Amino acid sequence: MNRRKFLTFMGSAGVISALGTAKVAKAGVHTFPYYPNSYGVLHDTTRCIGCRRCEEACNIVNKLPKPEKPFADTTVTHTKRRTSAYAWTVVNKYQVNGKDVFRKLQCFHCNDPACASACFAKCFQKQPDGSVTYDGSQCVGCRYCMVACPFYVPGFQYDEAFDPLVQKCTFCEPRLKEGKLPGCVEACPMDALTFGRRSDLLNLARARIAENPGKYVNYIYGEHDAGGTAWMVLAPAAPAPQPADTKDAPKETQPHEDEFTQLGLDRHLGSQPMGELTYGALGAVPMIVAFWPVLFGGAYAISKRREARYKAEKEAHIEATKNDLAAAVDAAVRKIEETQGPGAADTARRAMTEALQAREAANVAEHGEDK
Amino acid sequence: MAEHSIVIPTRDKLFNISEFFTPTPGNIISGIILAVGLVITIIRFTVGIGAVTNLDDNQPWGLWIGFDLLCGVCLAAGGYFTTVACYIMGQKHFHSACRPAVLTAFLGYAFVVVALLYDLGHPLRLPFMFFFPGTTSVLFEVGLCVATYLTVLFIEFSIAPLEWLSCRFPWLIKWRKVLVMCTIPLTIFGVTLSTLHQSSLGSLYLIAPGKLHPLWYSPFIPMFFFVSSMVAGASMVIFEGMLAHKGVHHYMDKTHLREANEVSFAFARAASFILFAYFMLKLIDMLVQANLPYVFTGYGAWWLVEMFGFILLPALLYAKGARDRSLTFCRLGAVNAVAGIVLNRFTVSMIAFNYTLPSAERYFPSIWEICISMFVVTMIITVYRFVVYNMPILYEHPNFRDGH
Repeated sequence: MNRRKFLTFMGSAGVISALGTAKVAKAGVHTFPYYPNSYGVLHDTTRCIGCRRCEEACNIVNKLPKPEKPFADTTVTHTKRRTSAYAWTVVNKYQVNGKDVFRKLQCFHCNDPACASACFAKCFQKQPDGSVTYDGSQCVGCRYCMVACPFYVPGFQYDEAFDPLVQKCTFCEPRLKEGKLPGCVEACPMDALTFGRRSDLLNLARARIAENPGKYVNYIYGEHDAGGTAWMVLAPAAPAPQPADTKDAPKETQPHEDEFTQLGLDRHLGSQPMGELTYGALGAVPMIVAFWPVLFGGAYAISKRREARYKAEKEAHIEATKNDLAAAVDAAVRKIEETQGPGAADTARRAMTEALQAREAANVAEHGEDK
Repeated sequence: MAEHSIVIPTRDKLFNISEFFTPTPGNIISGIILAVGLVITIIRFTVGIGAVTNLDDNQPWGLWIGFDLLCGVCLAAGGYFTTVACYIMGQKHFHSACRPAVLTAFLGYAFVVVALLYDLGHPLRLPFMFFFPGTTSVLFEVGLCVATYLTVLFIEFSIAPLEWLSCRFPWLIKWRKVLVMCTIPLTIFGVTLSTLHQSSLGSLYLIAPGKLHPLWYSPFIPMFFFVSSMVAGASMVIFEGMLAHKGVHHYMDKTHLREANEVSFAFARAASFILFAYFMLKLIDMLVQANLPYVFTGYGAWWLVEMFGFILLPALLYAKGARDRSLTFCRLGAVNAVAGIVLNRFTVSMIAFNYTLPSAERYFPSIWEICISMFVVTMIITVYRFVVYNMPILYEHPNFRDGH
């Protein structure tokens, strides 16, 4: 345990709740982008030929196990594949407006990653260089990051019995530190992957779209999607619309079919980071913690008070009944004394008192059983 | 007094476990399930999660989360529901229902944690969430609340074992007194924690709007989960009472038997109202989110089945049962409502999750996952039986008759 972890441990032991509130409060003032100088990669799908060199490079640099089929076999791109714990990047073939287009799948390295927001053991970290890194040494293996990731990227080592970890593209973070390019970018023969500062890549993408009218869809996937991502995608545009369609004014502003959707990319993620969707619910936590005890304490006080009043009323009622009975007994005894003499009156009083006591005892016995 | 027929452990004969060793069908089936579960447990922890589950990278949470965790926590809501009704709202005549409810809640939560250990890649690292708290995570909040609430339930429950053991260790009586005094604060603390984590189990899915079908994904999903947990709490008390009357009737004292029906009717009435509210909440949510077009799709049919067959129908059954004082209708309502809760959690975690993926990539639990879930339920029942046979749960201990 290094010093930083020790401090984290000490700090968390005492002030978990305080931290929680502080973090939720801080969540509201996120600004975009966090690291203006961070790096990214622009993936131009119009250039990708599906050669799988990037997959091979990734496999080698990251020392991943050899796949069943060799990387030279490009037919595997025809089946829909996804990234896994042992293949951190894959290239798939998609049909975009009837044409074959290849797209490379890997971690998008979000600006404000869903996985990092979802992780309850702080395994994921967005680094200033743009990469989203994962520290498996504190991973509990809950796989909530995989539920959270909108891009279906992280894979889990289900076959590992004792140290199963979540695995995903690292942006070749160790290579970046050495001043090298990510393995896949270096291996790409078509220049379909461009590495650079994210801000420069956005300008580059806009320039490519502007300089090649009709070639690209006028949208940079990842600029804002899911709060913005370090890896961004350009898609080929649809063929020129049919003359019949041009008359239809609304259709020009709203393309008939979304090319990115055809490329298997979700256009409905919104522009806010995924984690922010949970901050409202998390923000309610301090409210409930503060207010619920008051609410239920109040309810308890009310029911307690009602009970006390009921008890007092009942006692008063019993007292009144007793007095009534005593008065009635007195009146009856006086009457007997007048008509039949004091001896009969004494007998009557004793009999009536005994009868009342017996009744009371019976009541108590019955009530006692109630408890 | 009915107690003379109840076996109350004494100083010399502390354990009353003879019922486990009679060859009844229940015991035999339990024994088989426990044996099979033990074998799968060994495979799970020596070969890996992949060896016994159908989980994959697209569906990282399957039956063990969908049933053992989501349903387990929700169906254990009887603990907070009953104690709040009895201690906080002053419904003293529910008192005899409190101990069984707290026991079931405690066992439910304890075995949620046990089941979670199967699902986690690194079960021993579970406490890491306190060392490296990921405070932006809903799961962190769930974990923190469940851990705290499990402790609260343990303290609430521990009065019964203290009464049981006090015949041999009289010094425990002092501790029992301290715990009894803590009842009210613990109950309030318990309902606060329950509100938080019951709703947060729904919030877990807020981060995945693209994966959960729009008919179930909603900003109000935490509220749905919390409201339905109240229904689950009330229904489980009735449902469990029904089973307990079959299995452990001879451990119930006169008070319990007299109050049991009243508890059922009162809870049926409450659950009926809450179910109607829940129905309206879901209906309005569907309308305001403009999800009406989805109602006419395949998933919409499933949504309608849930809405009418498992929310409105139990509400009506409960209403009729409470009004006519018909135990049969109340119990039908309870079975229907519990099934509805389980279906809803299955839908959110499995059926409507990853709805965009082609069916070939979808998940269906493996037979071994189902076996482990059955194993966990059987363990709960076995421990429940042990506790009921030995501790004053369904009867009042004659030495501690001092009341409430």
